[in-house]
Amino acid sequence: MTPALIAFYAFAVTTIGGGLMTVISRNPVHSVLWLILAFLSSAGLFVLLGAEFVAMLLIIVYVGAVAVLFLFVVMMLDVDFAELKAEMARYMPLALLIGVILLMQLALAFGVWGFSDGVDTRITQPIGDMENTKQLGILLYDQYFLLFQLAGLILLTAMIGAIVLTLRHRVDVKRQNIVGQIMRDPAQQMELKDVKPGQGL
Amino acid sequence: MVEFFTTTNLGIVLTILGQCLLILIPLLVALAFLMYADRKVWAAVQMRKGPNVVGAFGLLQSFADFIKYIVKEVVVPAGADKAVFFLAPMITFVLAVIAWAVIPFNEGWVMSDINVAILYVFAVSSLEVYGVIMGGWASNSKYPFLGSLRSAAQMISYEVSIGLIIIGVIISTGSLNFGDIVAAQEGDWGILHWYFIPHFPMLFLFFISALAETNRPPFDLPEAESELVAGYQVEYSSTPFLLFMIGELMAVVLMCALVSLLFLGGWLSPIGFLPDGILWLVGKMAFCFFIFAMVKAIVPRFRYDQLMRLGWKVFLPMSLAWVVLVAFLAKFEVLGGFWARWAMGG
Repeated sequence: MTPALIAFYAFAVTTIGGGLMTVISRNPVHSVLWLILAFLSSAGLFVLLGAEFVAMLLIIVYVGAVAVLFLFVVMMLDVDFAELKAEMARYMPLALLIGVILLMQLALAFGVWGFSDGVDTRITQPIGDMENTKQLGILLYDQYFLLFQLAGLILLTAMIGAIVLTLRHRVDVKRQNIVGQIMRDPAQQMELKDVKPGQGL
Repeated sequence: MVEFFTTTNLGIVLTILGQCLLILIPLLVALAFLMYADRKVWAAVQMRKGPNVVGAFGLLQSFADFIKYIVKEVVVPAGADKAVFFLAPMITFVLAVIAWAVIPFNEGWVMSDINVAILYVFAVSSLEVYGVIMGGWASNSKYPFLGSLRSAAQMISYEVSIGLIIIGVIISTGSLNFGDIVAAQEGDWGILHWYFIPHFPMLFLFFISALAETNRPPFDLPEAESELVAGYQVEYSSTPFLLFMIGELMAVVLMCALVSLLFLGGWLSPIGFLPDGILWLVGKMAFCFFIFAMVKAIVPRFRYDQLMRLGWKVFLPMSLAWVVLVAFLAKFEVLGGFWARWAMGG
């Protein structure tokens, strides 16, 4: 057993275990935490494959951002998941049926899976002897530049869509005018008056 | 004997263990004195004496506190999720420690010299939000929960601008490795080659984002004691609380190390003919920590909406614009490659 092999089995077992516990754990917050464990150990598997850049991105994007949002939402929800689970028995037969059909379709698809001739030449070959961060950069920004930009545009559209859907212009709230506050000075805002005794202003 | 430690599996494991201890023990001892320094600076600004009873000048105050934290009783609130409750401080502590695996202290003095070192540090610091959010949720109490929600939103917001600022430095260097980043700042003119000149405004943005990222004052809203008692730490006592505290302070020291490595030339000496070395790095980190402590003492706390506005409406557009600008300056090698160090041969 080399250390790499031991590490592989450790990561593989925690990935599968984390995934399993995500599904079967009763508390939704625990589910998300198990999911995070699964993400982290799959990042470990990427490191073992020598894809350290992808591993770090997996942690930064999925664990550092996406899973935090999951956790936020799940913590805020006041759903009685035990009750939902109790209803599971009712839908079990239908769910099983769908599952079996999907599995059969997949089996059919994989059963006749084949490659056309000369597919090896069309797959992108590894570029020279560089670290894989550089390879990915060259691939994305040189070879597949247009596709990459297109993917970015689609994400931008999705982001703008989400903002438009949730944006409300409320008129009944008091807003802070930061620039106005900074530009205020005593000369404009205050006036000193001499008050005569017994008369007032 | 040397072969045993470099070739056999057991030997390599022992070597790595030794390296871990070599980093961890000085770090923890330094942390005890930094805690003391933090309190002393704070006290000096407020014209108090600060800790001055335990040991000469109160130097052993942190160790006395440490013993006190260890021997106190651990109180677990009723209805707390016990496993997550104890997991949270451990996560905070462990994450704060493991980030140091890739921080170099001198040329080649690094435990794990990986290609994506800076991404690794960024990934670890983006995980630190979990300690806070889990602690707040598991306490099963409203103030910790509110505090943890605030903190999570805050840490995520400022991570974005930290990431963009780091990208600017990476563009200038062409590498994600700390050793390369520091090597790119080397030159005959010493201090003039450090990144704080070409990346001048970003040094301040990074520093302020680091304050927010580590929940230090003036951005210590998660533990704003006037509103939330102590935020997510309310229900913690004894050793779990100590772990939170050490984790937070260690994150602060890590940010000091990052500022020193990315912008202040790491272990390089400011004057060309003086020898480089670990002492320079330690000195720069100590200087950054002093600024951290001074900011804590003299700046009033931000309100929550001001904090969010600063993060999303000021820092994010500025750092994004800076990335575009640096990419342009580096691509066309403006000023003889001042922003593109590979063109200067540095």
